[in-house]
Formats: sequence, C-alpha cells, structure tokens
Amino acid sequence: MKKIIEKAIEKIFAFSGMVTTVTILLIIAFLFKEGAGLFNSPVVEKGYVLCVNANNPVEHISSADIKKIFNSVIEDWSEVTSGFDEKIELFYDEKILNNYGKDEWRAKIGEKIASTPGIIALVHDYEKSLPKNFEGVKILEENTILPKDFFLGFEWLPTSKPAPQFGVMPLILGTLLVSFVAILLATPLGIGVAIYLSELAQSRVRDILKPTIELLAGIPSVVYGFFGLVVLVPIIQKTFNLNVGETALTGSIILAIMALPTIITVAEDAMRSTPRAMREASLALGATHWQTIYKVVIPYAASGISAAVVLGIGRAIGETMVALMVTGNAARLPKLFEPVRTIPATIAAELGEAPGGGVHYQALFVLGCALFLITMAISITAELISKRQHNKGL
Amino acid sequence: MDIIEAKNIDFYYSDFHALKNVSLGIAKNSVTAFIGPSGCGKSTFLRLLNRMNDLIPDTKLAGKCLVNGEDIYAKGVDVDTLRKKIGMVFQKPNPFPKTIFENIAYGLRVNRMGNKEFIRNRVEESLKAAALWDEVKDKMNRSAYDLSGGQQQRLCIARALAVKPDILLMDEPASALDPISTAKIEDLIFDLKTQYTIVIVTHNMQQAARVSDSTGFFMLGELIEFSDTKKMFLNPAKEQTQNYITGRFG
Ligand SMILES: Nc1ncnc2c1ncn2[C@@H]1O[C@H](COP(=O)(O)OP(=O)(O)O)[C@@H](O)[C@H]1O
Ligand SMILES: [Mg+2]
Repeated sequence: MKKIIEKAIEKIFAFSGMVTTVTILLIIAFLFKEGAGLFNSPVVEKGYVLCVNANNPVEHISSADIKKIFNSVIEDWSEVTSGFDEKIELFYDEKILNNYGKDEWRAKIGEKIASTPGIIALVHDYEKSLPKNFEGVKILEENTILPKDFFLGFEWLPTSKPAPQFGVMPLILGTLLVSFVAILLATPLGIGVAIYLSELAQSRVRDILKPTIELLAGIPSVVYGFFGLVVLVPIIQKTFNLNVGETALTGSIILAIMALPTIITVAEDAMRSTPRAMREASLALGATHWQTIYKVVIPYAASGISAAVVLGIGRAIGETMVALMVTGNAARLPKLFEPVRTIPATIAAELGEAPGGGVHYQALFVLGCALFLITMAISITAELISKRQHNKGL
Repeated sequence: MDIIEAKNIDFYYSDFHALKNVSLGIAKNSVTAFIGPSGCGKSTFLRLLNRMNDLIPDTKLAGKCLVNGEDIYAKGVDVDTLRKKIGMVFQKPNPFPKTIFENIAYGLRVNRMGNKEFIRNRVEESLKAAALWDEVKDKMNRSAYDLSGGQQQRLCIARALAVKPDILLMDEPASALDPISTAKIEDLIFDLKTQYTIVIVTHNMQQAARVSDSTGFFMLGELIEFSDTKKMFLNPAKEQTQNYITGRFG
C-alpha cells in the first residue's frame, strides 16, 4: 500500500515536472511563431502598394527612404535613384476614391500616374483598383522587412505611414544601458550589504535586517515605479539640472533598488553557507577577519554570489513597470541623462494597440524573442564565469 | 618555565559552565594529551589556547591563560598574531577548496611572509615535515579535495606548520581516519615533538598513551588529573581516572 502511494507521488512529481518543461517550451515556441511572419511582411503598410511613372528607373525603395519621401525629407528622385532628376510628387489614391465611383477609379489613377513623371502613389491593393498593365505605370516590387533593418535600424516608428519603421537598436541599447547601469550600482552595494549581514552584523541586527530586506523583494514593481516617479524623478532633474527627470539613470537607480533585495538575500545565503570549518581554518592560521572574508568566504560563495547577480540582472532587464514609469519612453539612441525606452516597456505600451497578427504585432513578438535571447545570453555568460572562477578556486 | 600556563580557568557557554577551575602547565617541546568522555570540555579548553572560542557569541571566561608568560586574554593582544604562533588542526580535515599548493601557502600569504621563492621552499619543507611530500609532489596544482581523508589531514598539519608556530593544537586529529592513516599521524606527532609543543585532544586512550608525555583527564568540565602519561596510565592518583582508563565509563 505504502509502495503504491510512493509510486503515485513519484509519478505525479515526474508528470508535473514534465508539464512545466513542456509549458515553458511552448511559450518560447509561441513567442517565435507569433513573430515569425515579420520578415516576410512587406515594408509598406498592409493593403497598399507603391506605384511610380514607368519612366522612373527606380526598382526598390528602402523602408527608411519611403518614410523620408512621404515626410518630404527627400524631395527629389535623384536622392533615391541615380539618373532621374525629377521632383517627387506625393499622391494618395484616397483623393480619387472620394471623388469618383469605383469603375472610374482604376482608370483615373492610371492616368494620373502615367501623366506625372515625378509621382509616387500609394494605392490600395485591390485586384480591381490596381492599375495593373496600365501603360505608363510601374508597380514597385514589394520589399520585405529585412532582419538587418530590424536589428540594426535606429528608428522605431511602428505607426509611421505608409512605411512603419522597425529599427530596434535604440530599444535594445536602451535596455542594455538601463540594466547595465542598474547592475553596476546594485552589485557592489548588494554584495557589500550581504557581507555586512553575513560576516559583520551582530545577530540581533541581522535578525531585524534580513526579514526586512526580504520583505522589500515582495513589493510590487508599480510601487517602486510610483516612488521613482514622485520622489526620484524630481531629484534627478534638480541635481543634474535637466529638462526632464525621466532618464535612463532614473530607471537604473530604481531597478538597482529593486534588484538589491534579491542580490542581498541570495548572496548572503551563499556566504553564510561557507562552513564554519573553513573560516576557523583560515583564522587559525593567523588570517584577519577581512582576509578570511575575501580569501575564503567570497571564493567559497562565488557561484552563489554570481547567481545572485544574475537573478538581479534578470529582474532588471525584464522589468516593465518601472521602465515604463520613470525612463521617459523615448525610442532614440540612449544616453544616461536623457529619456530612453526599454524593450519590455515598448512591448507593454504597444501590444495593446497593435492589431493582432499585423506587422507591428509581429515586430513586438520578435522584440520579445530578442529580450529572451539577451537574458539567456547573460545567464549563460554568468554561469560560465562563475564556473571558471570556481575551477580556479579549486 | 612552562610555555602554556592556565590558572583557575572557568568558561561558560551562556549559562552552561563548561570548564570549572582548570589549572595546568605545559612544558615546551612536549606532547600533552587530553582525554575524557565526550562533552567534558576538552575541545573547549584547547580552543581557549588560540582564542578560537572568541568566535562563539555569548561566552564568558574567568582565570588567566599565559602563553610564553604573557596573558593572551589581556587587553591589546593581537589575536591574529597569537593564532599565527599557535597552529591548530581540527577534528575533521578542513582543507580549503584550493590547490594543494595554495592550501599550504595560505598562511604565508595572509601573514605576508616572504616572496615567491620563499613560499615555494616553505611549502615543500612543510609537506616534507608532514610526511606528505612524496605523495603530492607531482600534483601540487590539483585540488586538495582529490586527496584521501588521511592525506587531507596531513595536508592540514602541513598547512599549520608552514607558518612555523610555537605550539600545535590538535583536536582529535585522527578520529575521522582509518587505522593506517591514524598510525601515520601518530608517527608524525612523534617526529614533530622536537620542534613544537603539541597539545592533542583524543578520546582514544591508547593513542594518548602512545604519543604523549603528559596527560590530562577531564570530566564534566573539571580537570580531574594531570600528570606524566606513564604515571597516569600505570598508577592514576584518582579513582575516577582509574575507572575511565579501565573502561568503566565513557
Ligand atoms: N558552541 C557551543 N555552545 C554551547 N555549548 C557548547 C558549545 N560548544 C560546546 N558546548 C558544550 O560544552 C561542553 C563541552 O564541549 P566540548 O569542549 O566540545 O567537549 P569535548 O571536546 O570534550 O567533547 C559540552 O557539553 C558541549 O555541549
Ligand atoms: Mg571535542
């Protein structure tokens, strides 16, 4: 009877372990699947094509150039294609659609394009309306969004018309900057406090401090964000004499504060697990308390300490709420004292407005994948470093 | 003059009276063994001699403890320097998770003794003194944890010897070891006696009889008898000692 129950419990554990693993894998698969279509999507907004006059030698226009053309930043064709000096004339088929019935529509568009050498027309991609095989009209071939433009692009304007810009560089750099500075602030402080708690504090002090710090880890991030917004933002603004206090630094500081409890508790546990025999061996040889800490305790706890830092980084990089609230959300090249935008903040802010299955939606999912890869790379690196250090210690 | 002199020592772990009015003197370059049933205060007394008990919170000490004529619990005593002069080997081998070489070099490094060359020579010298050199000379960069328990304990002895202490305290150094390793450690103690004053705690009476010059018998925190080892085992002065030695308790 007892055997059967033990067997059953064993099976349940094995099963739940499997379910968890499969679920996690499914989530990752879902992430990649949802984002997968992005690089097959045309650069021009869905349902439209671009047409030019047949005499125009241009074949492809990059998404960035399309945006510049329609924003009148590029005003002459010579800037896009060589050997065609003509002023660019913008044309939207909505104008015609409003004035004419459907039958006339196609002919009117065709005529207009054929008769205007410098035209670029944004035309609805309907079988009936498209001026296909119309003399004097050239339909530009569809470019798809290139991974190069996506990952190395510097403009994130997902709702720009007619060609949304999906350059995630500023978001990736923003995330890295904010997280990196956060960890730079949190790691020494966290390890310092961990050393204090584990090695220096009297047991009475530790008995009060440790639970308090653990409690801090449980505070919801929105509360930290709120604190940051109300208290830290004005301080940063005044101290550094800035126009806005919502900067990368503000985000980093709040994230560091948030990561601290994790780093402290995990690192402290690791240090406390150093066997008393190790400390006594060191002290018995005439080592001072401090020598014992940095020559025995810290090396012994190295893998635990690096786990603490990784957990801290994980929290910082993945944190949405704080980033959304205090970093100012400006998707441009990140600078420490200026507003930035991070990947999680972008996803949180935009996913609700991005039409399901659309390009923007897909782009956000690819962003999610990128975030996932970044955190994974960081934990693997940390793992390797701590392994190497451990081996060196041995 | 005795190198160690304990005068009317009382020691408390919070309320627990662990040592009761213990007085004794230990001669230079002798081996002194402490025996007695477990929990009688042998380790406590040993750890008083290098102030290891300082690490335990909420303890209290009364009486005087002199080493080389100086009160080691006097104000202003540098505990780290004191511990450097009084080496300690623990019950369970406790090498650092470092290489064999770095284990031995540790005490030299923390005490900033000598240059690279000096450290290398001293490491070799210490390993030879601990009768471990031949076994490890080709694997100095291997982890100390690759050694057997007996080798690890000799490594710990070598580690203690490397800083050239005056006194070597050993707390049941062979209790976790097999008979062959134990015999090696006992031989070692015999060899080391010429240069060091050794105080060893053991619950193995044969061991005490074999290696020591004087023996102290503790019971319930009291030093019942302290005398020449031969006399102690052949003709103990106290009945309790007699009972313990002949195995009536403990
Ligand atoms: N850190 C401690 N805190 C409280 N009591 C202790 C501590 N260490 C030892 N004791 C007690 O002091 C007594 C003597 O211990 P110890 O010196 O280790 O005995 P022995 O080494 O002779 O076996 C025992 O009763 C033990 O329970
Ligand atoms: Mg003991």
